[in-house]
Amino acid sequence: MADFLFEIGLEEVPARMIASAQAELATRVETLLGRERLLEEGSFVTSYSTPRRLAVLVTGVRTQQPDAVEEMLGPSLKVAYKDGEPTPAAAAFAKKAGVSLSDLKTVTNAKGEYLGATVTRPGKAAAEVIAAEMPKEIAGIYWAKNMYWRAGKPERFVRPVKWMIALLGEAVVPVEFAGVSAGNTTRGHRILFGADAITIARPSEYLAALEKAFVLADVAVRRQKIRKALDAVTRTVSGARWREDLELVETVTHLTEWPYVVPGSFETGYLELPEEVLVTVMRDHQKYFAVEDAGGKLAAHFLTVLNIEPDAEGLEIIRTGNERVLSARFNDARFFWEFDQKTTLVNRMENLKHVTFQKDLGSYFAKAERVRKVAAELARLCEERKTDADAAALDQAATIAKTDLTCELVKEFTELQGVVGGLYARAQGLSETVALAVYDQYLPASMEDAVPRTVEGLLLSISDKADTIGGMFGLGLEPTGSKDPFGLRRAANGIVKMLAEAKLPLLLSEIAGLGSEHSATATKVEQFFTERVEFYLKDVKGYAYDVVKAVQAAGADDVPDAVARAQAVTEVRGSEDFAAISAAFKRMKNILTQAREKGENAAWTPDFLVEPAERTLAEQSGRLAAWVEGQRREKQYVEALQTIATLRPHVDAFFDKVMVMAPEERLRAARLGLLNRVLQDFSRIADFSEIVTAG
Amino acid sequence: MPFVANGKEALTFQELLFRLQSFWAERGCVLQQPYDVEVGAGTMSPDTFLRVLGPKPVRIAYAQPSRRPADGRYGENPNRLYKHTQFQVILKPPPADVQEVYLDSLRAIGIDLKKHDLKFEEDNWEWPVGGAWGVGWQMMLDGQEITQFTYFQQCGGLDLEPMCGEITYGLERIAQFLQGVDSIYDIVWAIEPDTGKQTTYGEIRLYEEEQYSTYSFDYADVNKLWEHLNAYEAECLALLDAAKGMPELESLKAQRRFPVLGAYELALKCSHVFNLLDARGAISVTERVGVMARIRTLVVGVAKAYAHQQELTVPTEALPA
Repeated sequence: MADFLFEIGLEEVPARMIASAQAELATRVETLLGRERLLEEGSFVTSYSTPRRLAVLVTGVRTQQPDAVEEMLGPSLKVAYKDGEPTPAAAAFAKKAGVSLSDLKTVTNAKGEYLGATVTRPGKAAAEVIAAEMPKEIAGIYWAKNMYWRAGKPERFVRPVKWMIALLGEAVVPVEFAGVSAGNTTRGHRILFGADAITIARPSEYLAALEKAFVLADVAVRRQKIRKALDAVTRTVSGARWREDLELVETVTHLTEWPYVVPGSFETGYLELPEEVLVTVMRDHQKYFAVEDAGGKLAAHFLTVLNIEPDAEGLEIIRTGNERVLSARFNDARFFWEFDQKTTLVNRMENLKHVTFQKDLGSYFAKAERVRKVAAELARLCEERKTDADAAALDQAATIAKTDLTCELVKEFTELQGVVGGLYARAQGLSETVALAVYDQYLPASMEDAVPRTVEGLLLSISDKADTIGGMFGLGLEPTGSKDPFGLRRAANGIVKMLAEAKLPLLLSEIAGLGSEHSATATKVEQFFTERVEFYLKDVKGYAYDVVKAVQAAGADDVPDAVARAQAVTEVRGSEDFAAISAAFKRMKNILTQAREKGENAAWTPDFLVEPAERTLAEQSGRLAAWVEGQRREKQYVEALQTIATLRPHVDAFFDKVMVMAPEERLRAARLGLLNRVLQDFSRIADFSEIVTAG
Repeated sequence: MPFVANGKEALTFQELLFRLQSFWAERGCVLQQPYDVEVGAGTMSPDTFLRVLGPKPVRIAYAQPSRRPADGRYGENPNRLYKHTQFQVILKPPPADVQEVYLDSLRAIGIDLKKHDLKFEEDNWEWPVGGAWGVGWQMMLDGQEITQFTYFQQCGGLDLEPMCGEITYGLERIAQFLQGVDSIYDIVWAIEPDTGKQTTYGEIRLYEEEQYSTYSFDYADVNKLWEHLNAYEAECLALLDAAKGMPELESLKAQRRFPVLGAYELALKCSHVFNLLDARGAISVTERVGVMARIRTLVVGVAKAYAHQQELTVPTEALPA
């Protein structure tokens, strides 16, 4: 038993690809060793990475495969022997099994008598197996973007392979990949250690040897070192905090082998620029952490994560260098900001005529006109339903919403579209309602993201997305399978989320209708929305599959209402009475379905019912139905469902005493009619027959 | 000889160029002169764009003034230029230790890497109009992008065989960095040995920035530019059409003399005129896609014609296996 170490040395791998490749390599190595019966009980897999390497360390690896005994089945005896003599078929089988003819035996199974052989395959040396199998595993690693570098393009990989280590215990396993033969040497930090090879005598020494060469190969250790250094450096500024940014921490962790943090400052004058712009420049363009004061306001400092530990002089050079770069970037942003103010958003409307939204849907000017109409109608509906919306402000916001696309600042920082429009609207004296609506128009960007803060912002975002979805569906550009080039699913998810979370009194069918030019398109969009509601209830809100199905069967056009019903069903579904009612409703539905298939009639004729149990059910259900309907109108769903559950003794008694399919036709029809009535009356909140019950 | 700028020794702008030239000349590069047609980047010079095609190994380096009209700022912005200078190195195929050689080139221009923070950050270069792309890095030195390092994979829609390494240094940025000046115009370009008198980048180039910006933003005649574009395009297309007849030309000499390079210059002219129209704000987003497709037809057509001409006229036995 030994430890196995594999390391592949590469020219700098893109930071965004490292974590998944590291995990994939570990899985592949573990699967390979497991498949080849090379893993001992209790073996353990650990993986490492830096920009220049991926590595896997496995403890408890066998150096030799155990022998395998295999039973092989050959040709039938009839074919294997002619006149008692072995035929060429028998000889071929013996050869294939690697045994002599005399070692063959007879195997009898259901089909008859066959030639058989017991073959003992001696286990191979682990090194031999790994050397043969490992190259395929390396080649199989997924990379978002590959390259070739060798003559004849024999392989594509993320970046050129520079070295490999494959060590089983102290012995090198002769793995070959991309023209590189594995050995037992690795490389340290490019600058702090230099290009000399570092010998790794045995796998367990890997991490320590690299650390001596200024490489922290353990990602978690590197991440922790960065976080601690960010904390420590920020403490030198009183009251300051670095802005938590998990994504940026990951990026810089995967950009460094030996991280070190340096603080820097910029002129306080730049703080006059909007925080959004400053943070975007620092985070997205320079990979700096922003610093805030005790009150959460941006401070004139930043933190940068280095891939080197410099001396005092170097530290000063690096700090000044980074400060100079940031200052130049901020200067550019200020230039764009001031330049953009020369033409107001309102005066940029004409320019939108030259900016194409989609070739068959026209310019952004045309889109703005359509969005205004949708928004106006949605505002009217809200008003009608006692939800205040400032229609005039919404119309102005919809008019200028896309004008920031013609601004230099957005051309430079595309991720700030909308945000810049909102900031400019405010700076140009438009109302705060308009500014906020424009600012928030692209929200929510994901299911984790917040929704717009104001009704006007919500209505603008919904109108914009509804227009995009309706327009694209009208052109037959709906998403298919995993392909959704225009992000329509995300847009529709956003609409559902906004309706649900802001509890807007708008129906999906209304939104689909307003966003679509033709009714056929609206129908398709509505169907698309229905799928998105299902996704929202199940994947975002976490409601059980059957609850979602039951709720959707009772309609989900009103999203906040569907959410409330799903919540109510989830609350009561655990009760015994409710489970019994669900099971009974399923039974009723089955009876009715079968009856319908046989051409039976169902008629609501309670006077023809004869048995006390069925007459009671008819009376009680009628009484409860009126009660439940009242609670439903008041949206007291939990109470309504509890009321429905009180029907249980009557339903139980009915099925206990009454045979639905009575011989007499009129009675049969009356009983079916009763069941039909009960199902209809009590399925308006959810179709309980969809609820999965035990037993 | 390094002079002292902001308390440290630094190279002048022209010394920076000398150092890079001698560094790469010592590593086997042929030093070429800048190409004399307007280009937006060193990659567009035929010394890169065409030489990377075909099997013949190449090592070449040159400075290339690169014009990007939309980046002009009338000389008022300390960090943006209408015309900047790239130093372009083409290594086909690249040596296995090309990254280390690159680091040595930084040492050669006076950068002590132990006192700086250098990162290889993913940056995949692409020139869709040229059907050209590669993968690589932007080299970040203390937060500043100083070099684009690319493994060139395709050009003119053709796979490169062998693959080609391309290193592009941004000379102004590096000089600014080395000299520690906040404005490009304050870069010391040269020092008179006898008197120590300094000549700045601004003295040499500011008037160009002012006038080129004014021309491309305010004076360039949009209608005339469209006429130029159409005329250059028509002539280029005619040449590309004629290039189809290259195999039927009577002699090897006639084939060698067929002016594919002429067609390429016409395509480059179109590209530059397009950039001027763009700076002038005369191209809508819708038109943009269409015009770029037209220029792509020319550039990719030239690359294919060039590769074909090489096949016809360069004896294969003269090439290494």
